[in-house]
Amino acid sequence: MSESPPGRVRITGPPRRPTQVSRRTDIDHDTPLGEMYVGSLLRAQLGLAARVLLVMLVGLGSLPLVFHLFPGLAGIRMLGIPVPWWLLGVAAYPFLYLLGRHYVRRAEQHESSFAELVSSRDPGGRPAHDPPEEP
Amino acid sequence: MSLDAAPGIIAVTLVTVATVAIGTWGLRFSRTTSDFFVASRTVHPRLNASAIGGEYLSAASFLGIAGLVLTFGAEMLWYPIGWTAGYLVLLVLVAAPLRRSGAYTLPDFAEARLGSRAIRLLCSLLVVAIGWLYLMPQFQGAGITLHAVAGAPTWTGPLIVGAVVLVNVMSGGMRSITFVQAFQYWLKLTALLLPAAVLLIVWAGEGRPRPDVDAAWSLPLADGGGIGLYTTYSLILATFLGTMGLPHVVVRFYTNPDGRAARQTTLTVLALLGVFYLIPPVYGALGRVHTAELASADALVLELPRLMLPGPLGDVLTGLVVAGAFAAFLSTSSGLTIALAGVLSQDLVAKLPQHRLSGVAAFRLASVVAVAIPCIAAVAVPHVSIARAVGLAFAVAASTFCPLLLLGIWWRRLTDVGAAAGLMIGFVGSGGAVVWTLSGGSEPPLLDALLAQPAAWSVPLAFAAMVLGSLCTPRRVPAHTSRLLVRLHTPESVPLDRG
Repeated sequence: MSESPPGRVRITGPPRRPTQVSRRTDIDHDTPLGEMYVGSLLRAQLGLAARVLLVMLVGLGSLPLVFHLFPGLAGIRMLGIPVPWWLLGVAAYPFLYLLGRHYVRRAEQHESSFAELVSSRDPGGRPAHDPPEEP
Repeated sequence: MSLDAAPGIIAVTLVTVATVAIGTWGLRFSRTTSDFFVASRTVHPRLNASAIGGEYLSAASFLGIAGLVLTFGAEMLWYPIGWTAGYLVLLVLVAAPLRRSGAYTLPDFAEARLGSRAIRLLCSLLVVAIGWLYLMPQFQGAGITLHAVAGAPTWTGPLIVGAVVLVNVMSGGMRSITFVQAFQYWLKLTALLLPAAVLLIVWAGEGRPRPDVDAAWSLPLADGGGIGLYTTYSLILATFLGTMGLPHVVVRFYTNPDGRAARQTTLTVLALLGVFYLIPPVYGALGRVHTAELASADALVLELPRLMLPGPLGDVLTGLVVAGAFAAFLSTSSGLTIALAGVLSQDLVAKLPQHRLSGVAAFRLASVVAVAIPCIAAVAVPHVSIARAVGLAFAVAASTFCPLLLLGIWWRRLTDVGAAAGLMIGFVGSGGAVVWTLSGGSEPPLLDALLAQPAAWSVPLAFAAMVLGSLCTPRRVPAHTSRLLVRLHTPESVPLDRG
């Protein structure tokens, strides 16, 4: 046999279904959509932090002012101990711990829904595109 | 040596031996530079939380609060509340992002965020300043303790604590310190709780006499009307915001495996601190019942057991509180020394041109420098109440690193110029006030209050300078800011490009 057989040719067509792109690509390439995903996580966490701190400030921060305006309150006793000692010496600590526990739960919820959002495939099935070049 | 001194000396010896023994045991695990600095980031949240608690509860918490409550009353309860609430602020605004930043120290964070060597150097100097300001009262407290329990001259305390800390830090670094400090939290809790319980039983047996106090003692406000209100709020601000900027607090966050663990650790710390801080006011109140003549209010916790319970039981309890107090000096000083030595060795010692030192050798040399200076200062500077002196370190931290961390983590437009302006203005303001206060302070009362508790004006000033400076230099926002914010705020489980 003098003639070699012709090389194999692979025949392909365009993909039937567009490749689906993870939203992570948007974040990795700083597209406006990606910035929106990160921005919304940031705002959610900051808003949560602000609410927790506000409760703390109202709960504890108002006490000096209250006792400044109504010094007579310091004379009220519960079980023989004046009210300020109960509030500042005892109640403040479980209050702070419970606020912290609430924060940790909510913050982790925010993070796991963010992880779900960016890891799920885009439901609309956007067509594949080459990621934009890094500037 | 009198017989009275025996329990105290035995306690100090036992704590010292236990500390060195656990430290040496930890040494078997410490081999690399990473072990020295951050225990290779494999510390479990519960162990880490005990270690943070052990490190954080300093002489100011163990001795200082009770003494201040004895003298000034309920107003001083704001110190322990602020030192606990500081962890809540840290938890909600800083803990997870700080861990995710992946840096070792505060200067590392600043450099990663702003990409500037100058800011890094500025932060290193600030870490050292705050650390020394915090270490000095610890060493002074050690002097008071040895003087109260054994009649030793006050310079011996700083010397002994300084030497033990150095041996420990130089031999094992962070890993061994983690075990030592976790042990010391539980030691401190026991050493304060057990005597308090016994003394309360004694007090109940005496027919529960009421403390000899006036109404002002139960009022949670400083004296002086409006000025008192200012002082109280300024103290609250300094303690709530200062915790996040303390070098030894921040360095522990890098030992968590990830951001989630950093949050869990911080939450556990909140619980551990809350339990501990229930106890010191009991000593303050009992001290009021058994009005005693004390050489220094800071010695109340040490003297009270023997005052209320003469005899062998009182001696045993005295030994216990002395052990706790010594654990407090050792753990806080060790943590601070590690943090300072980390910064000094990375940024200063390792860069000495003639000696190219290895990482570990530079770390050891830096530890000596970190301990020697505040030891000398502790002997030279006149004694200020421990809790107040530590409070000043909080004010400086709140006026410098707090704005840097909060704006660096949550605000895209921070620039190196803005950060430098804020750090310098915050430091000059709060630091100047500290120098004024440590040198004695004086009239008029308004000025004295403003300088004794500077946080209420120096913190907003630092924030304003940082924001304005950044807004004036919008072109200096680092190019990698978006990438870094992604790294700080997104959970590690999502595979993203984190720069």
